[in-house]
Amino acid sequence: MNRNHVKTGLLILYFILLMLPIYWMLNMSLRTNADILGGFALYPKHPTLENYIKILTEPAWYSGYINSMIYVSMNTAISLLTALPAAYAFSRYRFIGDKHVFFWLLTNRMAPAAVFLLPFFQLYSTFNLIDTHIAVALAHCLFNVPLAVWILEGFMSGIPREIDETAYLDGYTFPRFFITIFIPLIRAGVGVTAFFCFMFSWVELLFARTLTTTEAKPIAATMTRTVSASGLDWGLLAAAGILTIVPGALVIWFVRNHLAKGFALGRV
Amino acid sequence: MNKWEDNKAWFLVLPVFIVVAFSAIIPLMTVVNYSVQDIFGPGQRYFVGVEWFKEVLNDSRLHDALWRQFLFSGLVLLIEMPLGIGIALLMPKKGWGVSASLVTIALPLLIPWNVIGTIWIIFTRPDIGLFGAAINSAGIAFDHTASPLHAWITLMFMEVWHWTPLVALLAYAGLMAIPEAYYQAARIDGASAWATFRYIQLPKMRGVLTIALLLRFMDSFLIYAEPFVLTGGGPGNSTTFLSIYLVKVAVGQFDLGPAAAFSLIYFLIVLLFSWLFYQALQNVGKGEER
Repeated sequence: MNRNHVKTGLLILYFILLMLPIYWMLNMSLRTNADILGGFALYPKHPTLENYIKILTEPAWYSGYINSMIYVSMNTAISLLTALPAAYAFSRYRFIGDKHVFFWLLTNRMAPAAVFLLPFFQLYSTFNLIDTHIAVALAHCLFNVPLAVWILEGFMSGIPREIDETAYLDGYTFPRFFITIFIPLIRAGVGVTAFFCFMFSWVELLFARTLTTTEAKPIAATMTRTVSASGLDWGLLAAAGILTIVPGALVIWFVRNHLAKGFALGRV
Repeated sequence: MNKWEDNKAWFLVLPVFIVVAFSAIIPLMTVVNYSVQDIFGPGQRYFVGVEWFKEVLNDSRLHDALWRQFLFSGLVLLIEMPLGIGIALLMPKKGWGVSASLVTIALPLLIPWNVIGTIWIIFTRPDIGLFGAAINSAGIAFDHTASPLHAWITLMFMEVWHWTPLVALLAYAGLMAIPEAYYQAARIDGASAWATFRYIQLPKMRGVLTIALLLRFMDSFLIYAEPFVLTGGGPGNSTTFLSIYLVKVAVGQFDLGPAAAFSLIYFLIVLLFSWLFYQALQNVGKGEER
């Protein structure tokens, strides 16, 4: 009993340490810049939503959030749609070059993004894709599709093959079996995969910044450019940062049960 | 599980192959192309063979960046792996606490990488940051923009804060997959907490821990945005890691040839390590099936 108290205590201490930097940014975001530079304070004495109102009313700011959401959703959709059949193939079939292709896919997850920076810019320029959402979505496929295949393959291999065999004997065609029976069986896996695709696309900046100029500029890039422009407005910067955490927090909240189940299966 | 043998499965893999090939093979070919040519402008290019590779391999700043990178990744693994396992052991196994812990722990992972840098700039500034102000009031002049050591300490704190949750989540996944019967057997044998950890939990977590090790090594080796925002590679070159140096050469100085040669060498190093880790991973998988 006592041991458990110690464990809980340590865990709560860790959570507090984990939350401190985020709390500090929240604290900054609720104060004006003059107030922040005027004096050190552990909590906002005159909390104001000024910074948030500025971000949510100026198109230059809030369009960044919309752009990020668009390419992240596109990327998650493309990654899932292409990775589902491929993961099925890797988990069920042996075919020429299967192991090599699987390893090759994984190497792309591990390729330094900086290596692909210039060639990507050239490639997408050639196809007239610079500054479009689809360009960023496709670029992020470089690391998200391999990851999606990897995770889904793990979940699919946990489903006994007898289910496939029975369905085919019952006269199911492959697409019908796959969509109506198989995908519902691994929906926890699909949820976990979508979570990881969302996460890695949402947090990536190097590609997103390189491939966009104005029309599809992500929020994270809007922030860095504002920093370099007219001095630093700490309050505004902090508010923009807090707002980038919100979508991620919402996504975790929605998949939390899937996440627990997915983790219970021991893959990810 | 025995798999069916059928090359028609290639049709299922084809969409993935096309998407990834578009983003991987074509750009990689471009890099190879650059690495053996000297480019002055459109239509003005000369074949220079392995000239750029020689130049890059003799670049002392690149050697420094490489050692710095290995030191950084090594420290990251040494701190984050034990810490992550420890946190996973503390997490509750059932009840409402499970979801609450998972959501809290996953939060830092969903913050864009440059925002992570921003958070830590704000947190560690001596004038307005809690961390910076606290250390300064303890009598230590802390400033990560002036002292390389302080810059490294700040970076390590940031990195550990940011990524230990991933190790903890993976380790937790491994722990959850251990059947209750194992613990019952341990209890009957009167095994100590340490023995339970050493002989049941740790071996059972081997698979997920290898994945965690692999991911943490790769991502820390490729780190770019966080140190770029926090320290910009400085003070001096003290936190200039490989990616930061590469972007400096490629985009800053626009030295396409050396940058391309550098890219290929960088990629080969990562590839070598991923292959080694992948082999280890395969063997771990086989060990578990038996």
